[in-house]
Order: sequence, then C-alpha cells, then structure tokens
Amino acid sequence: MSFKSQRIALVNRIGTGNRQSFALLAVAALMWWAAYSSLQRVADALAYDLLGLGAETHLGSAVNFFFYDVPKILLLLSGMIFLITVLRTFVTPEQTRRWLGGQREGVGNVLASLLGIITPFCSCSAVPLFIGFVESGIPLGVTFSFLVTAPMVNEVALVLLFGMFGWKIAGLYMVSGMVLAILSGLIIGRLHMEQHVEPFVYQVKVKANAQAQLETRLTWTERFGEALQSTRDIVGKVWPYVVGGIAVGAAIHGYVPDDFMVDVMGKDAWWSVPAAVILGVPMYSNAAGVIPIVSVLLDKGATLGTVLAFMMAVVALSLPEMIILRRVLRPRLIATYIAVLTVGIIATGYLFNLVI
Amino acid sequence: MLTVKVLGSGCPNCKKLEAETRKALDAQPGIAYELVKVTDYADIAAYGVVSTPALVMNEQVVSSGRIPSGDQIVSWALEQQAN
Repeated sequence: MSFKSQRIALVNRIGTGNRQSFALLAVAALMWWAAYSSLQRVADALAYDLLGLGAETHLGSAVNFFFYDVPKILLLLSGMIFLITVLRTFVTPEQTRRWLGGQREGVGNVLASLLGIITPFCSCSAVPLFIGFVESGIPLGVTFSFLVTAPMVNEVALVLLFGMFGWKIAGLYMVSGMVLAILSGLIIGRLHMEQHVEPFVYQVKVKANAQAQLETRLTWTERFGEALQSTRDIVGKVWPYVVGGIAVGAAIHGYVPDDFMVDVMGKDAWWSVPAAVILGVPMYSNAAGVIPIVSVLLDKGATLGTVLAFMMAVVALSLPEMIILRRVLRPRLIATYIAVLTVGIIATGYLFNLVI
Repeated sequence: MLTVKVLGSGCPNCKKLEAETRKALDAQPGIAYELVKVTDYADIAAYGVVSTPALVMNEQVVSSGRIPSGDQIVSWALEQQAN
C-alpha cells in the first residue's frame, strides 16, 4: 500500500464515529441529569435515614450540607468543563493572537479580556504565549489584559461561583474581573515598560514556513475526546480541594455563630478587604477549596466585596505564575503587575462593599 | 528520514505528547524518524507556536496546545513522507 492510500484510509478512520460519539454523549447527558435532579433526596437519605441524624441538629445539618454540595459541585464541574472544552476546541491561542494583532489599545484591551475568558491555555504555556503575543506586535498592555483575565475568570472559578452562589454573583465576578483586567492592562500600557521585558523576547524571529499552519479540522469525536480528557484532568486535580473546602464549609455552616463572621468580614471591619487579599495570595492552588468556604462565610454575614476581593486574590495573584513569568519579565515589571492588580482588587472589594 | 520535534518546556503534557508520538510512529515500520525535543522558549516561539505542547514534522507545525490521537500523528507523518 502506498503512503498516500494508507493515509487516506487513516483519515477516513479518523473521520468516522461521529454518530456514535453523539449517541454516547446523549446517554451521558441523561445520566448526568438524573443524578443532578436526585441530589437532595440522596443527601437526605444518607444523612437522616442511613446515619440517623436529626435534621434539626448541628451535625445533621452539617452532614446533609456536605452530602448535598460535594456531588453537586463535582457534577457541575464535570458537565460545565466538558461543554466549555468542546467550545474551546474552536478557539485556539494562535487564533487569539491573530485577532489581537493590529488592535489598538483600548479596543485591544477589551477584546483581549473577552478572549482571555474563552481561550484555553495552561500555565506552562504562559511564557510561549507572552513571547508569541509580543512578537506579533500586540501591545504590552493588551497582552497583560489577556494574562490577567485568563486565570481570574477561569472555568473552575465560574462554575464554583455559579454552583454555590447562583448566576448573579458569578456574573458580577466575571464582569468585575474583566473590568479589572482591562484597566490594569491599560495602566501597564501607559507606563511604557517595554524595556523591562527580557530582551530575548524582542529578538525572536519566526522561521520562514514555520508559521503555524494549523487549519486541521477536528472531528466531533476528537473534540469530545479532548473535552473528556481535560474534564478528567481538571476534576481529577481539584476534587480533593472541593471535598476539603466543602467539609470546612459544612463545619462552619453547622457550628460557627453568625455574629463572629460579621465582626471579622462584615461591613464595619474596614481592614477586612486588604486582609482578605493578603490572605488570598498564598492560597493560589486552592481556589477550588476556597470558594466553598467563602460561600458559607457569605451566608454568615461576610460582605460581598470582601469575599470577591478574596477570591480574586486567590486566583489572579498566583505566585507560581509570577515565577513562570519571570522568564520573560524583569522584576520591576512583575512588581508593577502585582502592585496594579493588588490595588485594583482592593478597590473592587471596597467598591462592592460600598454599593451593596 | 522524518524529523519530528516536540515543542514544550517539559510539563507533563509535553512528556505525554512525546510518548504518544513515539508509540504511534514506532508501530509504523515504513516510517523512519528522528525525534528532537525543543525546550527553549525562544526556539519554541520561533515556530510561531503560542501554546504548548506542539508537534513539528519536517519543520512544519502540525499541532499545538493539545495531544493529538495516534492515528492523527501517523496520518501527518505519512503526508510528509508522500511529499
């Protein structure tokens, strides 16, 4: 068999199987829905009937909270991450770069922030992404708007917020995250810090004919396969934090008196916003464990601005990412980036505490 | 001889891409190839790639930001071979 005919046979094999994939997906969706709609019944049965706890006791309500929230959040995460990854197979970072290339500041920052939500990229891609953006002439400030939005308004944070607080707070978080990313990108752009980027970034020349020719059409089977893979990866990584976070949340829910939180994270404690931000920075990798705790704090009287600031600090001011970015950014630019974001997050916290 | 390059800083996904590529191509006795790992960021960027891991065959970027299936990898290799 010649190479050509062997290849045609292979391509045909890759192309078939779409119908089976859709059928499998439909079955999975039905099972998901069945599980999701029986959550409360299962939690009640486990906590009250099987363990024999009273619904009125502290322990009973804490255990019930745990048995309801853990499967709910894990189901929401799996379902949403799957859907989001399927959508994301249509938008590659290479496309994002093409869309952002040639955009002026302002429009570029807004577009960058929007694309930051949907474009998939893992933190080990942050450096090539940064180099690629700068190399193709995207302004530094626009690049930063992208780099801030991507981790802050990420799918895990949004799904957790939606699952635990509802769409209003998830939406509020998304909009304020984007506004923050746009503004901090604009500020960094105005500061003209191009000389604080490692010089090798500007010396990169794309090899002739190497420019990514990635118009390969993915089949639905491949898109679903990729979505399944990343759902497994992400849920596999975050589930211990979700379980741990909800366990702590359940304990607070059942036992901590309401007025305690009002004192520490309530309206009158002016220092709670900066304190929440400082607390949030080292918690980076625990975003999935922090949001369930925070949801209960809010129930107990913590104010929304403080809570939002805390979550933003947890996901956006990540130490590991700063260390990765050190490969391409000089310390002064990293310091500026952290400072602008920190001030922005604190301001967002105060603003929401004032308004709501 | 087919030159295959795996572009990536060495994160788990990059290692997985390398393993998948070797597995797929080793199963094809008709394909002689040499696999090179590219870990330097400037070199990666020189391919116009912004998301890793990426796969390059005979200096052409065939995929980036994902781990393609074995069939897909072999099909690209055969395409290069046929040219």
